[in-house]
Amino acid sequence: MAQLSSNLLYTAFVLYLVSIVFFSGAIKAKSADGTKIAPSRSAKIGILITIIGFIAQVGYFITRWIAAGHAPVSNLFEFTTFFGMALVGAFIVIYFIYQTPLLGLFTLPIAVLIIAYASMFPREISPLIPALQSDWLHIHVTTAALGQAVLSISFAAALIYLVKVIDQTKSDKKTFWLEVIMYTLISTLGFIIVSTAFSMANYESTFNYIDKNNAEDQIEFAMPAIVGPNEGELQSEGSFQPLIEMPAIINAKKLNTLIWSLGSGLLLYGLLRLIFRKRVSAMLQPLVKNISADLVDEISYRSVLIGFPIFTLGALIFAMIWAQIAWTRFWGWDPKEVWALITFLFYAAFLHLRLSKGWHGERSAWLAVIGFAIMMFNLIAVNLVIAGLHSYAGS
Amino acid sequence: MNEVKCECGHVNPHGTILCESCGRILDDKEKDKQLLDMRYEGSARRSQTYNKTIIDKIWNFFSSVKVGVWLIVLTLGASALGTILPQEMYIPPVMPASEYYEDQYGWVGKLYYELGLHNMYGSWWYLILIASIGVSLVICSLDRVVPLYRALKTQRVSRHEGYLKRQRLFGISDTADADMDLEKIKQKLKAKRYNIREENGNLLAEKGRFSRWGPYVNHVGLIIFLVGGMLRFVPGMYVDQILWVREGETKVIPGTDGQYYLTNNDFILEIYDKETDDEVFDAAIDRVGTVVKNYQTNATLYQKKGNTIPGEKPELEKIKDKEIRVNEPLKIDGFALYQVDYKRDELNKMLFRLENKQTKESYGNITIDLFDPQTEFDLGNGYYVEVMSYFPDFEFDGEGDPTTKSRIPNNPAFVFNMVTPENPDGEVSFVAIQQTIEPLGDNEYKMAFNGVETKDVSALTVRKDLTLWIISLGGAIFMIGVIQGAYWNHRRLWIRKMDGQIWTAGHTNKNWHGLKRELESVFDETGLPAPKDQLSEDKKE
Repeated sequence: MAQLSSNLLYTAFVLYLVSIVFFSGAIKAKSADGTKIAPSRSAKIGILITIIGFIAQVGYFITRWIAAGHAPVSNLFEFTTFFGMALVGAFIVIYFIYQTPLLGLFTLPIAVLIIAYASMFPREISPLIPALQSDWLHIHVTTAALGQAVLSISFAAALIYLVKVIDQTKSDKKTFWLEVIMYTLISTLGFIIVSTAFSMANYESTFNYIDKNNAEDQIEFAMPAIVGPNEGELQSEGSFQPLIEMPAIINAKKLNTLIWSLGSGLLLYGLLRLIFRKRVSAMLQPLVKNISADLVDEISYRSVLIGFPIFTLGALIFAMIWAQIAWTRFWGWDPKEVWALITFLFYAAFLHLRLSKGWHGERSAWLAVIGFAIMMFNLIAVNLVIAGLHSYAGS
Repeated sequence: MNEVKCECGHVNPHGTILCESCGRILDDKEKDKQLLDMRYEGSARRSQTYNKTIIDKIWNFFSSVKVGVWLIVLTLGASALGTILPQEMYIPPVMPASEYYEDQYGWVGKLYYELGLHNMYGSWWYLILIASIGVSLVICSLDRVVPLYRALKTQRVSRHEGYLKRQRLFGISDTADADMDLEKIKQKLKAKRYNIREENGNLLAEKGRFSRWGPYVNHVGLIIFLVGGMLRFVPGMYVDQILWVREGETKVIPGTDGQYYLTNNDFILEIYDKETDDEVFDAAIDRVGTVVKNYQTNATLYQKKGNTIPGEKPELEKIKDKEIRVNEPLKIDGFALYQVDYKRDELNKMLFRLENKQTKESYGNITIDLFDPQTEFDLGNGYYVEVMSYFPDFEFDGEGDPTTKSRIPNNPAFVFNMVTPENPDGEVSFVAIQQTIEPLGDNEYKMAFNGVETKDVSALTVRKDLTLWIISLGGAIFMIGVIQGAYWNHRRLWIRKMDGQIWTAGHTNKNWHGLKRELESVFDETGLPAPKDQLSEDKKE
C-alpha cells in the first residue's frame, strides 16, 4: 500500500509536468489566431492531464491514509505535498470558471516546485505523537492547506499580471522586485536539484561540534559544508573542509543548505540571463501578451475572496477548537499560530484596501505576492527556523 | 439639520451624494465624473459630513478605512516581532528571563528582553493596538451600515439618467418592440433568481443584496470575539491551574473551592514499538529513535460530600473513573483536566539496612517515606534508629552546612542516630546519595543503602473558561459574515425606457466578470445588446 501510494504520487508529479507542456502549447496556439476565448485543443489536453494527475495524487493521499491509519498531513513532507495537491485542485476549479490556460502555465510549475520541495524532507510514514492523535488533525490541516492553496492562486494570477504590465524596457524598482520573485522561484529549483544530486551521490559528512549549551554533539551534513558548525571537527574522510566556522548560536547545517540553494539559484539565474540576454520576466512577457489584464486582476482578487474564508476557518477557527482540546487553550501565541494570524490580518488588509481604497491592478498584485511570501515564510521558516509547538512538522 | 430635497421629491439626509430614491446626483463634484463612486450608494455618512466637535474628530479618525488598515498593519508587524525569539512562556525554566535571553542569544536577546518583546502579546501597547482595532470595527461599521441600509431600502426602480449613464455597465439601444424584449429579459432574469420590480414600465432586477451586510455581520462577530477575550480578566470566568499528582495520591483539584478531588491511580507512558506497532512506522522509528505513543493518567474523580470544617478530613464520593490522555481531557462541571506534563520515577521511598561495618551483619531494615518520614525505627534487641534531620533536596549552603533547596526529594539526605547495644548513646551518621559522613568520628555501624521505590507524577492542567461560548459565538458570526460577503454578490440591473430607446445599466459590488457573463446570457437572443463595460471598452479583451 505504501509503495502504491508513492508510485501514485510520482505519477501525479510527472503528469503535472506533462500538462505544463500542453498549457504552454495552448498559449502559442492562441497567439497564432489571436482571437476568442474558446479553449484550444492543447489547453483541453492540458487540463485533462492535470485532472488525471490530480486524481492520481488523490489516490496517493487515500492509499497513504489507509497505510498509515491517519491522514497523511502529519509532517512537513505530507503537509507540503497536500498543499501542492490543493493548489492543483484550486487551479482546476478556477480554470473552469475563467477558462484560462495561461493560469495553468504559472500555477502548475509552482505546484510542481512545491511537491518536489516537499519530497526533499523525510518521506517515511511516521507514527503520530499524542498531541496529533485526533480527528482534528485532518479537519484542521486540510482546511488550512486548502485555504492557503486558493490564496496561492491569487499569487499566480498576480504574477501573470505583473509580468504583463510591468514595463521591461526600463530598469527600476518594479523590474528589480519582479526579478527577485523569479530568482526566489529558481532558487527553490536550485535547492531541489542540489539536494537530489548530493543524495544520489550519497554524500555525507559528519562533524563533532560544540552546541550552544557548550555540550559536545554530532551532526551530519548532506551537502558539502561551506559553513561548518561551531568548533566542528570533520569526521568523514574525503569530505569538503568548511570554509567558515559558524558560532554555536547559528544552525550551520540549515545555513549551509540555504547557501547552496541561493548559490545554485544564482548560477541557474545567471545562466538564463547569459543565454537569453534579458530579464527572466522579459522572457516570460510574450507568453502573457494576449491575456486581459483585467481578467487576471479579477482572478487574483476572486481567489483571495474565495480563499480567505476557507483559510480563516481552517487555520484559525478549527485550529482554535483543536488547540483548546489538545493544548488546553485555544490560543497561546505559538509562532505558527501568530503567523496564521499575520496571514489573516494581511489578507484582511488586502480586502479593505481593495474594497474601500480602490487598490486594484498592480498594487493589488504586489499585495498578493507579499501574501504568498508570508504563507511561504510560515511554511518554511516557521517550521525550520523558529519552531515552537508545531515543530514536529520540521526535521 | 438641513436636509436635501431632491427634484424627485425625496428628502435625503444632509451630506447625501446620490438621491436615495432616484439616484440623481446631489453633490456637484460627482457630476464631472465619468463613473459614479457607488461605494455605500452615495449615502450620507456621518464621518464625511461632520467635523467640528472633538467627538466628530474621534469618530472620523476611527471610521476611516485608512486608519483601520494602518492598525491592522501595525498589529501584524508587532505580532511578527514577537516571534523572532521565543516568548517568556515558552522558555525553559532553567533561569530567570532577565538572564536567559542574554545567555542564549547574546546582545540581541538582551535587547529583546529590554524592549519587553519577550512578553509582547501581553504588553500594554499591544493590547491598545487590539483595542483600537475593536473601536475601529464598531465605528467603521456604524458609520456605514446605517446610511447604506437606508439607501438600499428606499431605492426606487426608475433611476435618473445621470445615474444610469455613470454606471460601469451601461448601454443604450433602439428597439422596435420594447415590451416584447423586456418580457423575454424578465423571464431570463427570473430564471436566474433575480427579484424584479417594475414601475412605469421601467425595471429593476436585483439579487444578493444580503451579501452587502456580510462585512457588518463579520465585524459584529469580531467585536463579540474581542469582548469574549476581555471577559477572561473578570474574576471567576477563567481558571488556569496546574495539578501535580503522584501515583496513589489523592489531591484536591485547585480552583474548584475544594469541591472536587482526584486520585492518580496510574501514570502510563507508551512509546511506539517496532515489534508490536504497524511495520510501516519502522523506517521513521529507525530514523528518529523513540516516538511517544501515549501519555495517560488513570484517574478517579471524587466530589466532597456535605460541608466540612477546615482541617477535617472530607468525606469523598466517587464520581467516575477516567483515562485522561492528550486530546482527551476529563470534563466536569465546566472544568476540564488535561494531561500536560509528567515526571517519571520520582523518588518516593528509600530503604536502608543497619549494618555492622566489620562483620557486614544486618540488624534490620527501615523504609523511609520521603514525603512523610517516620522519625523513629525500633528494630528490636536493643537496635534503634532515629532520623535526626531530613533534607529532601540536599545541598551545602554558603557556610558548608547542609540545607534543602526544596521539598521535592530530588536529592534526599539524612542524619541518622544509630543506637546499638554497643553504643547506647548512639552513633551519628550523615547519609546522602553516594556519600556518607561521620561527623563525630569513626562509627562501628552504618546505614547501608538498600534500594529505592519510585513513583510517576502526572501534571494536569485545570482549566475553566466561561468565555468560550462567547468566543465561539463571535467566531461563528464572523464566519457567517465573511462567507455571506465573499461568496455572494449584490447585482443589479436597471432598464429604463426613454423616448423609444432602452437604457440599461448594471452594477455589482464585486466580481464584474461574473455579472458581465450573466448579463450576456440574459440578453442573448433578446434583440437587445447587453450593457457594455465602460471601464475596459478601450482595452482589448
